[in-house]
Amino acid sequence: MQFELTEEQELVKANMREFCEKYVEPVANEIDYEARFPAENIRRLAEQDMLGIPYPEEYGGAGSDYLTYVMTVEELARACAATGFLVETNTSLVCFSLYKYGSEDQKKKYLAPLCKGDALGAFALGERGLAGDAATTTAVSDGDGYVLNGVKTFVMNAPVAGIFVVFADVAKSGGAGGPSAFIVSADTPGLEVGKPLDKMGARGAPSSEVVLKDCRIPKENLLGQEGQGAVIAGASLDSGRIGIAALALGIAQAALEESVRHSKERVQFGQAICNFQAIQWMIANMGTEIEVCRYLTYYAAWCYDQGLPYSEEAAIAKLMASETAVHQSDRAVQIHGGIGTVKGQKVERLYRDAKITQIHGGTPEFTKMIIADCVLG
Amino acid sequence: MDFELSEKQKKIRETAAKFVKDELEPIAAELDRTKDREMLLATLKKLAGLGFMGIAIDPEYGGTGAETVSFSLVMTEIGRACASTAVTTSVTNMVAEVIQTVGTEELRRKYIPRLCSGEYAAGGFVLTEAVAGSDPASMRTSAVLEGDHWVLNGQKIFISSAEFAGVFVVWAVSDKEARKGRGISAFLVEPSFPGFRVGLAEKKLGQLASPTNEVIFDNCRVPKENLLGVCNDGFRIAASELAGGRIGIGSMALGIGLSAIDFAANYAKERMECGRRIADREGIRSVIAENCARLKGARLMLLRAASLKDQKKFYAREASMAKVYATETANRACHDAMQIVGDYGYTLGCPTERYYRDARVTEIYEGTSEIQRLIIARELLR
Repeated sequence: MQFELTEEQELVKANMREFCEKYVEPVANEIDYEARFPAENIRRLAEQDMLGIPYPEEYGGAGSDYLTYVMTVEELARACAATGFLVETNTSLVCFSLYKYGSEDQKKKYLAPLCKGDALGAFALGERGLAGDAATTTAVSDGDGYVLNGVKTFVMNAPVAGIFVVFADVAKSGGAGGPSAFIVSADTPGLEVGKPLDKMGARGAPSSEVVLKDCRIPKENLLGQEGQGAVIAGASLDSGRIGIAALALGIAQAALEESVRHSKERVQFGQAICNFQAIQWMIANMGTEIEVCRYLTYYAAWCYDQGLPYSEEAAIAKLMASETAVHQSDRAVQIHGGIGTVKGQKVERLYRDAKITQIHGGTPEFTKMIIADCVLG
Repeated sequence: MDFELSEKQKKIRETAAKFVKDELEPIAAELDRTKDREMLLATLKKLAGLGFMGIAIDPEYGGTGAETVSFSLVMTEIGRACASTAVTTSVTNMVAEVIQTVGTEELRRKYIPRLCSGEYAAGGFVLTEAVAGSDPASMRTSAVLEGDHWVLNGQKIFISSAEFAGVFVVWAVSDKEARKGRGISAFLVEPSFPGFRVGLAEKKLGQLASPTNEVIFDNCRVPKENLLGVCNDGFRIAASELAGGRIGIGSMALGIGLSAIDFAANYAKERMECGRRIADREGIRSVIAENCARLKGARLMLLRAASLKDQKKFYAREASMAKVYATETANRACHDAMQIVGDYGYTLGCPTERYYRDARVTEIYEGTSEIQRLIIARELLR
């Protein structure tokens, strides 16, 4: 039982922090204000081999472990949640699904560019009316390929993605049928990406609808087996939850650091406000809750790396860390007072960025059901 | 990072879990109801026999030679069944440890083996006074050196195991002129020393089998060899020991919370209302899930603090975080468990009412949650 990072992990974490402080933090507010996709961040991360950290080098990854990846996401989100989301969606959701369920050819053709940063991935699962279960988007087999029709909503990265994993229902005809996963390149005729949504937070990570209109893809682009879609989605979301927990941790950590800094500088009633117990209590609560969530997240990542079951652990990490991101960013604004609600203050951005961590990848209502299923059966 | 327990740690935990299941769980409710002293003492003796009174103590002094992670695991297992037994065990371990850490070789050889073997039923930690709770430095019990004895005068309150402990660590003001906190010393006191008297037992809400008494020092004569550690360094010793005690109490509280939720979950799987098990209702499932998540977090935080202590690294911040988080989580779990069980959970026939009563004080003793927050904030604001 030991909680220390390896030397290599410490080094990666330190490098990432330095990288973020130098490149990512200085543009974070601007990215948020303008809802601008930070192409330069992605390019630099790609140059540092940071987009496929947990995947083997033969597929363009860094050949490291999930825990190391999770720490880099935490560092990214500490500086800029939007950049964190861009990476997490690419690496936890899309890359994972390709790595675990893709054929060798698919991995070489689609996983490698995502790991190397030649393209970003998007995960097109949710629909208007049926989030979480693929259903009304259909895929009809014509022998050599599939024709996809339907509308996917809230697809993060869609406006800037080069490769999509799309979930659609295959009618039972010759094959097995059922919910299935497909790899669709952005330039495939019939795939239309909608306008980026004007979002509350994570504004630099654009999300939009994806419309599939007689979008024909070759049969080689079926990911896994027909009917395996629910399993692929479930497994990808499990690994994604650890990533989102890490994102949430980064936001929460930034909230704490801003609060500590501000409360030491801000003088009211003749002394720094950090001398008042009400503020000390809040900071103590923030620090404690973040620390607890950190170990829950690292534990889930460790389980993943050990090849142990991790669905419950990932759900717990995501539930707790996202809640802590929302709480701590709220407390941070409170500690800042009026200035905390003004654009340009980091905590104002953190407050808006935090909320989506509680929704995307499984709401608390849903993750609690996953945990309850594990505990109660 | 490695969350795997060693084989030795797994074995210690299994031994504790087996003892708790076979011998402690069956008597826990009766212990609480009757406060049967013989039953408690017999249990403590058996725990000593298993090496659980000196878990992290050097085998040279009769200890088990394990570490704080094992201590945390054992406290959680004992806490699952009986908080009274657990708190007695935790404090006894702390007393053995403080003697090992700062005591002379003579004091170690004299007292630690008796604590570890069960010859002494327990150790006592005598710090608190009516005027000095969260602020122990303002204590008034005095210690004056007269020839080859220290003479102690004063009154201590809320002392666990006072009625049967074999040795007590007692803090007293040894230099009245010193700055606050700088003139306190620690002493080892046996109940047979002249002038030592155990006063009235408190009537409490919970942890009923663990007696909590006044202890009175009326010209109590303590041999000067029984000064523990360096003269006037007592406050630092207390603070240091309390940090370790936080891991014990937090771990014990975790056990209470786990038992409460386990009971509620099992109950919910049987209880039918409106034609369905209440365990199938989303509202109930949701509450159980939240508590499981928080209890898991508490477990990791406690082990983190224990792990730091074992590496002799600074651990006060993590110990305070673990204590405040685990005890508040446990109390929430007990509250929610009783709610799930409903009316029956409020009756003496159901363990949830005992868990609820037993959990409450864990947010108070060995450093209130408020004090923990002050410590945490001080560290974060450095």
